[in-house]
Amino acid sequence: MSKITELQAIYVMWLREMKRFIRARSRLLASIIQPLFFLTILGFGLNKAIIPGVEGDYMYFLAPGVIAMAIMFSSMFTGVSVLWDKKFGFLQEVLVAPVSRLSIVIGRTLGGATTALIQGLIILIIALSLGVRVSTISQLILTLIMMIIIAFTSVGFGLIIASKMEDLQGFQLIMNMLILPLFFLSSAFFPLDKLTETMPTWIGDIFMINPLFYMVDGIRGSLTGINNHFHPLIDLLVLLIICIAMMSLGSYFFGKSEV
Amino acid sequence: MNDIITTRELTKKFNGLTAVDHISFSVKKGEIFGFLGPNGAGKTTTIKMLTTLLHPTSGTAEIAGFNITKDKEKVRQYIGVVFQEPALDTELTGIENLDFHARMYGIRKEERKERIEKLLQLIDLSEKKDVLVKNYSGGMKRRLEIARGLIHHPHVLFLDEPTLGLDAQTRRVIWDYIKEMNHKENTTIFLTTHYMDEADYLCDRVGMIDHGQILVIDTINNLKNSVGNDIITLSCSDMHRLSRELEKKTWIKNIKQHNTFLTLGVEKGEEKIPAIVEIAQTLKIRIKSINVRKPTLDDVFLHYTGRSIREQEPENPLKQIAKIRYRKQ
Repeated sequence: MSKITELQAIYVMWLREMKRFIRARSRLLASIIQPLFFLTILGFGLNKAIIPGVEGDYMYFLAPGVIAMAIMFSSMFTGVSVLWDKKFGFLQEVLVAPVSRLSIVIGRTLGGATTALIQGLIILIIALSLGVRVSTISQLILTLIMMIIIAFTSVGFGLIIASKMEDLQGFQLIMNMLILPLFFLSSAFFPLDKLTETMPTWIGDIFMINPLFYMVDGIRGSLTGINNHFHPLIDLLVLLIICIAMMSLGSYFFGKSEV
Repeated sequence: MNDIITTRELTKKFNGLTAVDHISFSVKKGEIFGFLGPNGAGKTTTIKMLTTLLHPTSGTAEIAGFNITKDKEKVRQYIGVVFQEPALDTELTGIENLDFHARMYGIRKEERKERIEKLLQLIDLSEKKDVLVKNYSGGMKRRLEIARGLIHHPHVLFLDEPTLGLDAQTRRVIWDYIKEMNHKENTTIFLTTHYMDEADYLCDRVGMIDHGQILVIDTINNLKNSVGNDIITLSCSDMHRLSRELEKKTWIKNIKQHNTFLTLGVEKGEEKIPAIVEIAQTLKIRIKSINVRKPTLDDVFLHYTGRSIREQEPENPLKQIAKIRYRKQ
């Protein structure tokens, strides 16, 4: 197959995601409202509370975590939505086309990442309007790069789940049993590294192997520049490695799937 | 080369269960070829192997000269498929579904437009092209899928149970479209069905398949003639004795004893009824009912398997299990 055909396939897979995204207004609304609740209710409620390890306003601390969450959940959902295509038969139409599986994965991932980024940007803008300040342009650019990497990583993870699962119950289970606790332990809501007095130290150590920690910490370091554990560029490096691993595994499993 | 599909000993096993069992056949260019058989006979599995979605356990096949395992992408380029379950994106409009397909097959812009328009007209969906597919009726979806399968000028169009779940009127319409497509686009059509009337109406040649094996392949006329020009069905008080007596008669082409009735293949059936009644009377056998009719494909199936295709529904539980297993793969 020619390269142009492959590019066109990538484009049309992306285009399809865009069209579906624009049409599913309720999905868009729901995916923005939930993080918005976190930001406003938790953010304002605890804004002046004194939480050990948190410097400055709580809103500053919370916003990066909520942005990461919005992008992560949205892109994971796109990856898993392959299950819908499987269920409604559309996946067969895609798989029987004379296009490499890789192009299909790339197109879909780009589509999912784009929609997730749009949602992440909306949350970012809301956070900025709620008083979060970015000091330099390069900080903002670094934040955007982090957001893109988070989106790709999560789509890849979603694809892995979709290739291994038969139905959506399995996805719900993974969300509740794995992603939610990991998210709570990602320092999105409270700092983990300075809590040794109130929590057993091992909980603080766990964050080191939690990929979600690097997502939240990375955005925190680049966007607000306070309360972050690592230098944002270290987070970026770790995230890149995780991203490549997830994407490769995701395309590998998807490529092997039969209908 | 006149054969566009050839298979050699094509086989698929799922966890030790043989869904398709060493089948070899060929389909000629330009014909409508049908696989007729009950549910779970291996029809869909065969289509999925031929369309490169499943990898055969053993054996091989060629489509338009390309091997289905070695030249997957070439094969995909030359085939169109309409799956048993609808495979449309219901969140897109009719024309968007066609456009998606055309782009996936690398068709250039001008040709894409022209081709989509022509096909929409052919299936009478031009007016509904901007409606979301989720608002289409079952028949409209099928028509759209058939058109979609043809956009890229495939050499072979695969149709898996094209009218499953549609009402009688819509089925007729779909049949006529299929015939028209075959005629106008000069596309070879390979279809599977468990409806005898469908195979009868559409197909030039039919392969009967049961338990993953091909029982017989021939033209519709030849198949029907093989069981006799007319079929006499009769039930009586002592079928065994009567059939032994009738077997001696040379004017009976074939004779089969079923659970509650006998079938005889004969010529000029209405003239043979008196003779049969006479024979029965001399043997003191009471005939309960007797009738004569033209043979159907069901008679052919009955002849080869001893069962009617209709008897298969509802499916027996064992086959159901096989099907569920198969789906999970």
